[in-house]
Amino acid sequence: MHLKYESQIREPLVDGNKDYHQVTEDLIRPIEAKPSTLWYIGFYVSVAMLLFGVYSVYRDIVYGIGQWNLNKTIGWGWDITNFVWWVGIGHAGTLISAVLLLFRQGWRTGVNRAAEAMTIFAVMCAGQFPIFHMGRVWLAPFIFPYPNTRGPVWVNFDSPLLWDVFAISTYFTVSLLFWYAGLLPDLASVRDRAKTKLRKLLYGVASFGWTGSTKHWQRHEALSLVLAGLATPLVLSVHTIVSFDFATSVIPGWHTTIFPPYFVAGAIFSGFAMVQTLLIVVRKVLNLQDYITLGHIEAMNKVIVLTGSIVGCAYLTELFMGWYSMNAYEGYTFFYSRANIMSPYGWSYWGMMFCNVVSPQVFWFRKLRRNVAFTFFMSIIVNIGMWFERFVIIVTSLYRDYLPSSWSPYYSPTIWEIGFYVGTFGLFFTCFFLFAKYFPTIAVAEIKYVLKTSGEAQKQEMNKVENQKVEEFVHEHAH
Amino acid sequence: MALKRYVVGCFDDEAVLFPAVKKVRNAGYKIQDVYTPFPVHGLDHALGMRETSLHTAGFIYGITGTITAVSCMGWVFTKDWPMNIGGKPNFALPAFIPIIFELTVLFAAVGMVMTFCYLCQLAPFVKHHHFHPRATDDLFVMVIECTDRTNVEDLKGFLQSSGAVEVNYQVAESGWWFGRYDKEQKLYAEENAAIG
Repeated sequence: MHLKYESQIREPLVDGNKDYHQVTEDLIRPIEAKPSTLWYIGFYVSVAMLLFGVYSVYRDIVYGIGQWNLNKTIGWGWDITNFVWWVGIGHAGTLISAVLLLFRQGWRTGVNRAAEAMTIFAVMCAGQFPIFHMGRVWLAPFIFPYPNTRGPVWVNFDSPLLWDVFAISTYFTVSLLFWYAGLLPDLASVRDRAKTKLRKLLYGVASFGWTGSTKHWQRHEALSLVLAGLATPLVLSVHTIVSFDFATSVIPGWHTTIFPPYFVAGAIFSGFAMVQTLLIVVRKVLNLQDYITLGHIEAMNKVIVLTGSIVGCAYLTELFMGWYSMNAYEGYTFFYSRANIMSPYGWSYWGMMFCNVVSPQVFWFRKLRRNVAFTFFMSIIVNIGMWFERFVIIVTSLYRDYLPSSWSPYYSPTIWEIGFYVGTFGLFFTCFFLFAKYFPTIAVAEIKYVLKTSGEAQKQEMNKVENQKVEEFVHEHAH
Repeated sequence: MALKRYVVGCFDDEAVLFPAVKKVRNAGYKIQDVYTPFPVHGLDHALGMRETSLHTAGFIYGITGTITAVSCMGWVFTKDWPMNIGGKPNFALPAFIPIIFELTVLFAAVGMVMTFCYLCQLAPFVKHHHFHPRATDDLFVMVIECTDRTNVEDLKGFLQSSGAVEVNYQVAESGWWFGRYDKEQKLYAEENAAIG
């Protein structure tokens, strides 16, 4: 019997009466099988979106970002909105894999691999926006401090925009390492089952010659734990620093101390919504309902309702401070530009309020938390809401600044701004489709690790023990 | 690199594996390694391995990152290119904290992963001898090194009696990574070990 005892009240993490080999079969079969028609359709649509994005960006480079509808007053528009949105989505992966590892949440094993992959792809998409917003993108390396022949001219280490460079590149690197270190044993499983020569070679190279030695596992465990410990403050720091981009300025609506926790909560909120969107599709298409169970979906919905409510509190606090500070500019931003539905961008504020604060409250009901189709619908609503949030923060604070003569007329994006955004969707989904085809979407070794303590077979066995009389139990187990 | 002879016993349940490890070590055989499809907790202790010091390495890398960040930014902003930014002091420590933190994490993570790969000899195109293809699927593969005095048939029978589902004899080339960590392996510390 296993040493770890888990309460019978907790539902099994792996459904169905499976042994180790069955787990390998179930999780690696999608890699060996031919992809379905649905996969091809999805993949080609994503590639088409990506190509449109590439063309939009090509135009940005050739004609400059003057082809966007930004102007002197609204200097940040869709580009930075999309940047913050993607970075926010990129937070769930590391949160699931690192924070939930430290909190010993067993259910993370079913979803962490795909969530980490999602993180990496989302950060890749996010990085595009500030880089191309620079205009002369070929000078992008200037953002890194290196000895140069220009003086040397150094970057400004006191600027939050530079902190962002360090935060995002560190976050990307650490997430990638964490993800790949976890992948090694599973890639080795694929390699050892491979029938074709090419697959043997490719997965042999990718798995770095992993054997499963006890000493390697011991080091691997230590590595995962320390990386989780490092990634936990890292994930909080990244969106904190993104919020500093706004909070350290003197623009009404941005200049608040509430921003870091509020941004981090919002990031987790949108990240979990995106994980739901992807995993609900993945579990259906790859037939993984036994591994990504209703219990997993419910747990993530609980996180969504919690973080959605935190975000809601932050919105109300901001409104309160807009009034309580008695600052005319703050008051104007919050009560005219944002909360007044008749103002030019009032619709976006109330759209945000509805999607982020009101709608997730339905997840207080267990029936709705466990409804897959409804969860899928809600996850999209939440991500629309979180996009609105960043749009509201950026555009409604900027379009009417201190000087009425420079107030901007209504800002709407050009086709190339939209094309850029569509392109990042293409990049994200192209990467995700390739990942779902060529990599184990669920951490095989980790599932095997929890199988004996939290699988359905173990639960049934323990049920018998639970129902035993004390005398019988003692009689059976005493020496 | 020398060729070594191994007797390999495969187990299909960790509940059988643990008593078997104990029995084999009590009998005085030297377990080269146990290959498992997932981390089996406590197996490293049962095999008498010492704790890994990867944590310590991580700490040292982290400190290196902190020092790099503080010294580089300090040097640039006080010596090489002092700039008046909003009247702030040149060495503005609070403003440096985000980058100091990020570099600490970056150095620690990258350093640890590279150390991990080096210690375990993991890299693309590196080939290790695989004692059983199902070691990454559902078998726990115990590998025992044979010495001149080992009776292979006896050992095979012994493993079978300990619950191995499959037993075989292999000759494999021992790379330099083989057996490095078990040099200090202590003998199983339990009195009245039953031989055989």
